[in-house]
Amino acid sequence: MANKKILITSIPIVIFTALVIVFWFSLGSDPTELPSQRIGKQVPEFRLSNLHNPEETFTNQDLPKKPFLLNVWATWCVSCHVEHPYLVKFANQYPIPIIGLNYKDERLDALKYLQKGGDPYLFSIADEEGTMGIDLGVYGAPETFIVDGNGVIHDRYVGVIDDRVWNTVILPKIKELDPDLKELEAAE
Amino acid sequence: MKKLIVIFCALLMVQLAHAVIETYEFDNEEQEKLYYEIINELRCPKCQNQTIADSDAPLSRDLRYIVQQKIKAGETKRQILAYMQERYGDFVLYDPPLQPANYILWFSPLIIFLIILAVVVARVGRREVTSEEDDTDANASPSNDKGE
Repeated sequence: MANKKILITSIPIVIFTALVIVFWFSLGSDPTELPSQRIGKQVPEFRLSNLHNPEETFTNQDLPKKPFLLNVWATWCVSCHVEHPYLVKFANQYPIPIIGLNYKDERLDALKYLQKGGDPYLFSIADEEGTMGIDLGVYGAPETFIVDGNGVIHDRYVGVIDDRVWNTVILPKIKELDPDLKELEAAE
Repeated sequence: MKKLIVIFCALLMVQLAHAVIETYEFDNEEQEKLYYEIINELRCPKCQNQTIADSDAPLSRDLRYIVQQKIKAGETKRQILAYMQERYGDFVLYDPPLQPANYILWFSPLIIFLIILAVVVARVGRREVTSEEDDTDANASPSNDKGE
């Protein structure tokens, strides 16, 4: 009989502990973050104009033949303004190409913005209609795709890349892809 | 009374009005029906608890536009949902497919029900046995007392 009492009184404690464990592990994860469907796949086919020169078009063939970052941004995106100075800094500090995908933006606004804040991009693709954004599964700028030299997407980061994200997420991933980058130091 | 019914019906109509602002022209009623069916089954990836029919987010507007374009091009519902799933994952479907990752979601109620059933059966079964034992104990105890 005493055993039964102990069993019954311990049930709430067990349930409570289980809930604490479940909630504790849920604390760190962001429910708004969606896993990308494009990981392990090629960058979707695109044919879009150069942000700096509407006459010129870019296709998949123009993408770098070494690992690079594809950064989706827009002037209407508030967090992109936070991210921008970091990208300028990383572009100056590291030999990692960053390609800009200007997503559903006004060309002139974007150009003015790059002139004022600095241009971290090797080149900028203008996705005025947002078609490539949708093909990439973009749902919230800024988003950054880590792509290898063969055009295969290896990872996606949704949100602002600051020093912490750069050192803990982006840099380790891109080092894995490009042995030449092994020696690089973390950003300060 | 008639007035009340009219007012009540009017209120029901209000419920049907969606947040969708743009109106699209379709070739026939079937296409329009399909359009509303699909946009009410797709979740907005940006604003997580709304369908793209309910949501006012620019991304939802773009997705509605794509759905409309694809319907006009004669694509089936299955093709359109597959297109969305390819880009945004199962998340975008309000009716996600059954697969190992969500087995626990689908089957845990059944498993819990079976556990409860098993416990209840076991307990009820034991109670009958113990009550019989109690009876025999009660009958037997005086003789036991005597014996001691």
